[in-house]
Amino acid sequence: MNSGPILEVKNVSKAFGGVQALTNVSFEVYEGEIFGIIGPNGSGKTTLINCITGFVKMDAGKVFFRGKDITGRAPHKIADLGVTRTFQVMRPYYSLPAYKNLIVPLFSPRARRTGGWRGGGRLGDRDTVGIDILEEIGFERDSFVPYKLASTLPTGYLKRLELARCLALRPEIIICDEVFSGLSMAEVASIVPLIERLQMDGITLVMIEHRLRELFRVANRVMVLNFGEKLTEGAPAEVMEDERVREAYLGTEEV
Amino acid sequence: MATEERRRERLDRGIKVRTEGIYAISTWQEMAYLLVPRLVLILGILMLPLVIPSLYWQRVISIVCIYALLSLGFDFLAHFVGLVSLGGAFFIGVGGYLAAILSTSLGLPPALTIPIATLVGGAICTFLLLPCLPLRGIYFAIVTLMYPLVLAKIIEALDILGGTDGIAGVASFQSRWVEQYFIIVMVIISLFGLRRLVNEDVGLVFRGVKDNDQAVRASGISITLYKSIAVYIASALGCLGGAYLVHLYMWAGISLFALDFSILPIAATVIGGGGTLVGPLVGSFILVPISELLRAFGTLRIVFYALILMAFIVFGSEGIMVYAQRKYHQFERWVKV
Amino acid sequence: MDNEGPLKRFNKKVDIIIYGTINSIALALMALGFTLVYGISRLPNFAHGALYVITGFIVWGFINTLGLNYFLAIILSLAITGLIGAAIYQFVLIRVRGMAISEIIASYAIALAILEGLRWGGFKGMTYTLPVFMEGGVEIFGVPVDLQRLIVVGIGIVVVAFLWLFTHYNKIGLALRGMAQDERAAMMLGIDSDRMAVIAMALGSVLAGLAAVVLLPLGNIVVEAGYRVLIFAIAVCIVGGLGSWVGAVLAAFIIGFAQIITVAYIESHFHMVVALLAIIITLILRPSGLFGRQKELEERV
Repeated sequence: MNSGPILEVKNVSKAFGGVQALTNVSFEVYEGEIFGIIGPNGSGKTTLINCITGFVKMDAGKVFFRGKDITGRAPHKIADLGVTRTFQVMRPYYSLPAYKNLIVPLFSPRARRTGGWRGGGRLGDRDTVGIDILEEIGFERDSFVPYKLASTLPTGYLKRLELARCLALRPEIIICDEVFSGLSMAEVASIVPLIERLQMDGITLVMIEHRLRELFRVANRVMVLNFGEKLTEGAPAEVMEDERVREAYLGTEEV
Repeated sequence: MATEERRRERLDRGIKVRTEGIYAISTWQEMAYLLVPRLVLILGILMLPLVIPSLYWQRVISIVCIYALLSLGFDFLAHFVGLVSLGGAFFIGVGGYLAAILSTSLGLPPALTIPIATLVGGAICTFLLLPCLPLRGIYFAIVTLMYPLVLAKIIEALDILGGTDGIAGVASFQSRWVEQYFIIVMVIISLFGLRRLVNEDVGLVFRGVKDNDQAVRASGISITLYKSIAVYIASALGCLGGAYLVHLYMWAGISLFALDFSILPIAATVIGGGGTLVGPLVGSFILVPISELLRAFGTLRIVFYALILMAFIVFGSEGIMVYAQRKYHQFERWVKV
Repeated sequence: MDNEGPLKRFNKKVDIIIYGTINSIALALMALGFTLVYGISRLPNFAHGALYVITGFIVWGFINTLGLNYFLAIILSLAITGLIGAAIYQFVLIRVRGMAISEIIASYAIALAILEGLRWGGFKGMTYTLPVFMEGGVEIFGVPVDLQRLIVVGIGIVVVAFLWLFTHYNKIGLALRGMAQDERAAMMLGIDSDRMAVIAMALGSVLAGLAAVVLLPLGNIVVEAGYRVLIFAIAVCIVGGLGSWVGAVLAAFIIGFAQIITVAYIESHFHMVVALLAIIITLILRPSGLFGRQKELEERV
């Protein structure tokens, strides 16, 4: 395995109509780390994810995964390589039980090849694998929770369901779009160890966040976006000291 | 004096099953509960030609079955994959002309032409519709609307495939009973096959394509691939109907692209209840005979379907079978309070 | 260019340029109403062609059964068509707004009810014609052109100019444009989405009617024109990019010239085939059309 970055983003730019959403954003993510991307509202964080995962065509720039150019590939092909993402707006199959929500990702070619998270390379019964994944990610197996309709699940569990959807693909990278937003402190506290465990399992995480305090607890390195431009990058402690970051956040969020 | 108070309690069997956990079929009542509707449907359709002695109405049943195939395809595409096809006539036409050519120029018997026309015709239709599949549903609706009109125009203008006279001399079925039961059996197989398909895991993928395409793509599944599979299934059903129709009338012509084939399946689906797959069948059995009775009115029949469609859509009706299934799964009783 | 397709063959290049221009402007007239409604309220109005035909019949009825003055008949029937369009939205489409499947089915059902109803009502054959506005013709660079076709060009230009002015300098027009750009934001600013959609439908129907009034004197009023106009309008809109007016005008010229060139060199019945091919090629090469912004591929949060 090469020692270069697992994900490399070079000079990505994107404009919507006349609005410049991203300008020359570059960064690198190394295998096994948790890389945080922070920025105030409207700083282009979600657009950046969309560009990387192929949901939006970028105007300029390149994205490399393990040195391979994946710029402009279709979203399902990028996901098939193991670069998965969660959505900020969760849209599960509300009318189905939670574990049935994992049927679709488990149906994908990648899951069939790899067997899903912790699968032994061969996919077993999809229902069972789905429940296994849910259990690992904090749905209590012996309770009714995995069998509850998705429409009755609280936000915290829906966020886990999003993560589970990525895990079903046995991902190399998970790009999380605001996993902590909309959660109570207690719920955040229960998800943080989960994320640390994913890291220990060797999954690289890119976390796009609005809530700094929680992110700084888990992230190894952090990049700051403001108005579509990269302000700075570094260890959480350094970034927190940076004057420009304080300025960008002043009034919008206490650090 | 205390009056006895009662209230009506309504239980939904489906929800009861889901909330009370494991549900096993153990008693004969339970088995009957599941089997009776299916048996009534299957036996009912199979018995129909025997009950109806008139040759004319037996022919009508064959036509009903053709429309039922189209409606099944429409319902599957619209309610499970999210693609609205306004061109059932396109599928009928492609299947029909294919079977007619195979029969007249190669001299193949119906036993060969129908399967070939079904499989190859489905592939042709899917290929022609491929450009609009990566896009939103409205493009699919527009293109399917245009194909039958344009194809009829091309055949007319270039005077190919028999031009306005059509292709005559297509082989007929060897016997009336083969002719009748072939299509009935095909309808039953298609109905239960499709129902099985949408209830399998792959059915969830189809539904995801319909209302959660972002998540499906993020899961590493190609939406275009699954849309083409669905379109292939639906168009093959239509082509089967078209090929059968050509052998039934022993003739293929531009009327295969007629508007009736496009609009009646939609009306049948809406009336019968979309998303049930049985509904379109029931809808066809209601609409086609009425349509036959109204044959004297010519194009007014299309106005009639269109008005029914509008009424059902405007008043937000759920359709016969949706209502019937819901009622069947509910049971009401009076309880003392 | 009339809807029946010119039956004579074009020989000279000048012919192609002049008739191509006329045909293109006629297509633009047919398409503007459709693209207006779609652009503003994201509503594919499949009844567009039916509105076109029904205007023709109403004018014919006014003139031949009520004996009205031609000009008066046109004004009245445009008003009626506008009301029909508004009614279609107010009573039918409003109930299925936002449900893509039902929108398409409902508006197509309306189109079928109108068109096939007219066909059943006996409106077929060759007897229904509207008089031209002005008899006679002129020669442009040696090519004979009748005055009605020049009127088509003139009205086409006037309509485009009027629409531009209306949406840039009028309050309602500006509100419509706001809706077209971002419906939710427009609603937050106090623009009533449904009222605007009614106005858009009425305006779109009047435009369909106007196209009919100008173009129908060139040929007979036939029910088939309803399907043809719908298909041409849709083809123009898809090639131009759904909802984009500049794109629609440009696409009208591309398809218009392509049609005239096929008539000149290949075959005179291929108007519809050209339209379908234009759609297919656009979908393969550039699905969002010439000027369309493809919103559906982007996650809008």
